[in-house]
Amino acid sequence: MKRRDSRSLASTFAGYFVLVFFALVFIYPFVIQVANSFKTEPDAAANALSPIPHPFTTGGYEKVFLNTDLPLWLGNSVLVTILVTAGRVLLCSMAGYALARIRFRGRKALFSAVIGVMAVPPVVLFVPKFLVLNQFGIYDSYTALVLPLIVDAAGVFIMKQFFESVPVSVEEAARIDGAGVWRTFWSVVLPMARPALITLTIISFQGSWNEFAHTLVAVQSPELFTLPRGIADLVSGSLGKGTQYPLKLGAAVLATIPVAVIFVVFQRYFVRGANEGADKG
Amino acid sequence: MADPVADTAPAPAPVSPRAARPGPRLSAAVRENIAGWLFVAPVVVILGLFLLLPILMAMWVSLTDWNGQGSPFRSGVPFVGLDNYTRLFTEDGLARQDFMTSVRNNFYYVVIVVPAQTVLALGLAVIVNSRMLKGKTFFRAAFFFPSVTSSVAISVVFLFIFANSGAVTGLLKLFGIDGPQWFSDSRGVLHLLLGGLGLVDPADPPAALTGGGPFGLSWWEWLSGPSVAMCTIIMLVVWTTSGTFMLMFLAALQDIPVTLEEAGMLDGAGRWQRFRHITLPLLKPTLFLVLTLGLIATWQVFDQVYVMSKGNPAKTTLTPAFLSYQTAFGSFEYGSGTAISFVLFAIIVVLALLQRWIMRDRDPARRTRRS
Repeated sequence: MKRRDSRSLASTFAGYFVLVFFALVFIYPFVIQVANSFKTEPDAAANALSPIPHPFTTGGYEKVFLNTDLPLWLGNSVLVTILVTAGRVLLCSMAGYALARIRFRGRKALFSAVIGVMAVPPVVLFVPKFLVLNQFGIYDSYTALVLPLIVDAAGVFIMKQFFESVPVSVEEAARIDGAGVWRTFWSVVLPMARPALITLTIISFQGSWNEFAHTLVAVQSPELFTLPRGIADLVSGSLGKGTQYPLKLGAAVLATIPVAVIFVVFQRYFVRGANEGADKG
Repeated sequence: MADPVADTAPAPAPVSPRAARPGPRLSAAVRENIAGWLFVAPVVVILGLFLLLPILMAMWVSLTDWNGQGSPFRSGVPFVGLDNYTRLFTEDGLARQDFMTSVRNNFYYVVIVVPAQTVLALGLAVIVNSRMLKGKTFFRAAFFFPSVTSSVAISVVFLFIFANSGAVTGLLKLFGIDGPQWFSDSRGVLHLLLGGLGLVDPADPPAALTGGGPFGLSWWEWLSGPSVAMCTIIMLVVWTTSGTFMLMFLAALQDIPVTLEEAGMLDGAGRWQRFRHITLPLLKPTLFLVLTLGLIATWQVFDQVYVMSKGNPAKTTLTPAFLSYQTAFGSFEYGSGTAISFVLFAIIVVLALLQRWIMRDRDPARRTRRS
């Protein structure tokens, strides 16, 4: 009995050791990111590993706000993220509801098409997307930044799955009371779909806030850059002299904060979102 | 953008009185049809315009030498047939050399990233799931957080961490190791390994290997392994994606009934035996999913290459996705760029099918053995 206890104690200890080690590996880069954004350039270069800035300075942030277009990128990112998230949540839940509940002709074929669409690797569509935006004359505009992202096949899938899990009886009651399809959807079904809507909102927010590749093929004017595009531009050397890591890391911190806040507040929805992704396979 | 949609969507209401005339049963069916299509219309239109149409247009452009001026459908655009494709495979030249280099780079990248992230994700999931440990939520969050952050922001952080005066170099110095100059080191890891074992001298490789090889690269070049610079991207990606896959494994592990594990314990099975013969077989569907998603995603690596290396040094971090972008938007050879996209698409489809076929082939064997 005693031997068994000491063995399980040892394995618990080993388990914690591995967990703490990897937690450090996964979290410390963020510590380095935040710490170095408050350092001076020589300090960041000499003591990159140190979590404590010496001396502490907000110079990097001042420079990134005053000497770069970061405020503009921030504004564009907020605008694009709000429009894309709102659009995705509304349009994906409409389509998901129709595919789950409304018996219309071609429904099955359409659902197969949505599944097929999810399988097309986005990277393959880079150059093709540019061709279409260019042909329509909307290349290099807000429309090009937002419109192609406003619908997401995976979102349709998540909502369809959810609506299928809701009992039909509630809707039937509403229908019998004479509510039309839209009324039933908008004021009866959608309010019940809160958990799924929150999940969809969060993954749409995260996806559109972080979106980078699409901006490369949709816009070229610096005044239409979003935050990730602007930061990539900073790294590519639009800064001129020196490495200026505190400034770049400061910009990266600003790009990370909104997602981090949402992550901390809505962690379980993030987890659900990741596993919804697992279900579709 | 949402407004016009919101306006059109409630339309079934005004339509219904007209449809009601022929009789109640028919009207209900018609009404359902109209309502259904109105509900899915925005999604259908946008996916059609920005997914289906681009693919069709790109198929045409990949057969031309369109240079980005005017519309690719003008009569003056030179039609070149399959030239853009054959140049990638059969014609000796820069186009083929770059493309094959990018395929080689991405191949080594996939071969390391997919197993590494799968094993790490599974290992972390098993430990986090173990019943004796506390703080599950915290560790789960810590491992998952990198997956949700911006790929561009994270790439900046890793650029800094692996910089010549950066954290990793400093850390290695603590152990008395002189780290490499990560981002300017184009030496292949396999070359270094062969050199380190004394099998081949990387500075003077044997003529048998440098003399020739398939698709315009010598055997020596094919056998380079990932470059040191590529290894930084590999580490970054394993670090960011493991968390997502860990969650998938964790969800699957939580579905395994505790009684099974206990039955194994009573039978005197050790920890490893229980994992090998009880847990792992039950995780097979998840494992397959993680491998497939990993395989598909790793052939698409782009953001990190764009921010961290732009294909440098010496083209050793060039990947087909980045090459396609660079060819189209850097050299204005849209035909070549789209052709590379389609070949990449084909690679991904073929590998996904191949993997499915391999896994399917195994299943019947197991089933017959069991019965």
